[in-house]
Amino acid sequence: MSEPQQTHTPVGLIALAWTLVGVPLAYGLYQTIKTASSLFG
Amino acid sequence: MAVPSFLARERIIARPGFNRWLIPPAALAVHLCIGQAYATSVYKAALVSHFESSLTAIGIIFSIAIVMLGLAAALFGTWVDRNGPRAAMFTSACFWVTGFLVGSLGIATDQLWLLYVGYGVIGGIGLGIGYISPVSTLIKWFPDRPGLATGMAIMGFGGGALIASPLSRQLMSFYDPAYDPKVPTSIASGHAVSMLFLTLGLVYLVFMMFGAFIVRVPADGWKPAGWDPSMVKHRELVTTASVSAGNAIRTPQFWLLWVVLFCNVTAGIGILEQASPMIQDFFRQGDGSLVAGAAATGFVGLLSLFNMGGRFAWSTTSDFIGRKPIYMVYLGVGMILYVLLATVGSSATWLFVILAALIISFYGGGFATVPAYLRDLFGTYQVGAIHGRLLTAWSAAGVAGPLIVNGVLDTQGTPGELVAGNYRPALFIMVGLLAVGFVANLLIKPVASRWHEPSTASSTAVPEGASR
Repeated sequence: MSEPQQTHTPVGLIALAWTLVGVPLAYGLYQTIKTASSLFG
Repeated sequence: MAVPSFLARERIIARPGFNRWLIPPAALAVHLCIGQAYATSVYKAALVSHFESSLTAIGIIFSIAIVMLGLAAALFGTWVDRNGPRAAMFTSACFWVTGFLVGSLGIATDQLWLLYVGYGVIGGIGLGIGYISPVSTLIKWFPDRPGLATGMAIMGFGGGALIASPLSRQLMSFYDPAYDPKVPTSIASGHAVSMLFLTLGLVYLVFMMFGAFIVRVPADGWKPAGWDPSMVKHRELVTTASVSAGNAIRTPQFWLLWVVLFCNVTAGIGILEQASPMIQDFFRQGDGSLVAGAAATGFVGLLSLFNMGGRFAWSTTSDFIGRKPIYMVYLGVGMILYVLLATVGSSATWLFVILAALIISFYGGGFATVPAYLRDLFGTYQVGAIHGRLLTAWSAAGVAGPLIVNGVLDTQGTPGELVAGNYRPALFIMVGLLAVGFVANLLIKPVASRWHEPSTASSTAVPEGASR
């Protein structure tokens, strides 16, 4: 049986994946903080 | 039940050198979508108006979804462990998106029952499968930091509501220009909500399929570079043995943890359910309140932030101080906070806000830490299936929490006229529940060796009831 092939995960793919989930999350955080700030306004 | 080959676990075994930091965004892509379930209040009034129905009739949609979440997680947990995260995420996406599409059709054709079946039943199944889909995979990729890993994913479930709430308001005002989300009395049309469901369904389909596409499982025997399991500080409750899902539910540890989760969630829901009217009632003066409606909405937003933050922060902390001690904090300190809320919570707004925010952070932390607690007690062998069965505690708490709070408040007076004192009986019931949970947590001991699988059991999931 041959050895499993080595792989290398492209840094760009990891960055893309984190950006795809990070951007909506940042949008949600910003909107919620804006709403929550009315508590202290 | 076999799955198509492109979804099979064997197809997604990572090759050596794969970077495990691609797995948390895959998990987040699913949890950020299904977390929408906590944002249903955004269009509740619009649905009541569209169907000319009651709040209760519309609220049932959410209740059905949460009950289905628990049932699906319990019933499909073993299937999820056997077939791997890609099959689970794909299936979850199909159910969740179909739920939105059927729901959209129900609104467009004025048939409320289609919303019950669509969003409630079909979507609820997607919720349950999606919630557990990445958990055991994350635990296997991060054996050195399981609390951090599951905290990240389950934080996504809290984060999903943060995204869906403002996004839904903006989309509804796009589809119904007469609707102004800044005006509290403004209500979106049924057409706008129907289009919102359609849009969310399509967006979630893309996101969840992305998660299913990039997720991988580690090869048997894989461990992080430089990490030696034998060097890990030994903790009494952390096992290296494996317990099957079928055996786990026969152990007292499983049911003690079920009680712990049930009590923690019920207590948290007590505040979450009533957050907006509660802060206004606590600071009621005559016919009005010191806390305006906009500020009460801000309070709900603040609780969402602490709910999400607690999931990540407390679960990560549990990697350092241990699972049992962190639950002693959630439940023990939670009791003290509830007593303070009931007795001195109405003395100052800032005090009320701090107490409630901390309680909700413990509520979120309880959710996020429980998969790692299960890993400690039962090993990674069928942790996904065991987690699925434990989530029935969430379903039960989803019914019990609102019943307790609403039931007590109904005996205390009329909504809009309640004051801080009227909440005391409900809050002290929550203190009692937390005490029960605290004792249950104290009673948790290592699982007896007779429940362990034979030592040949690998960390790879094997169908329950299979040859061993």
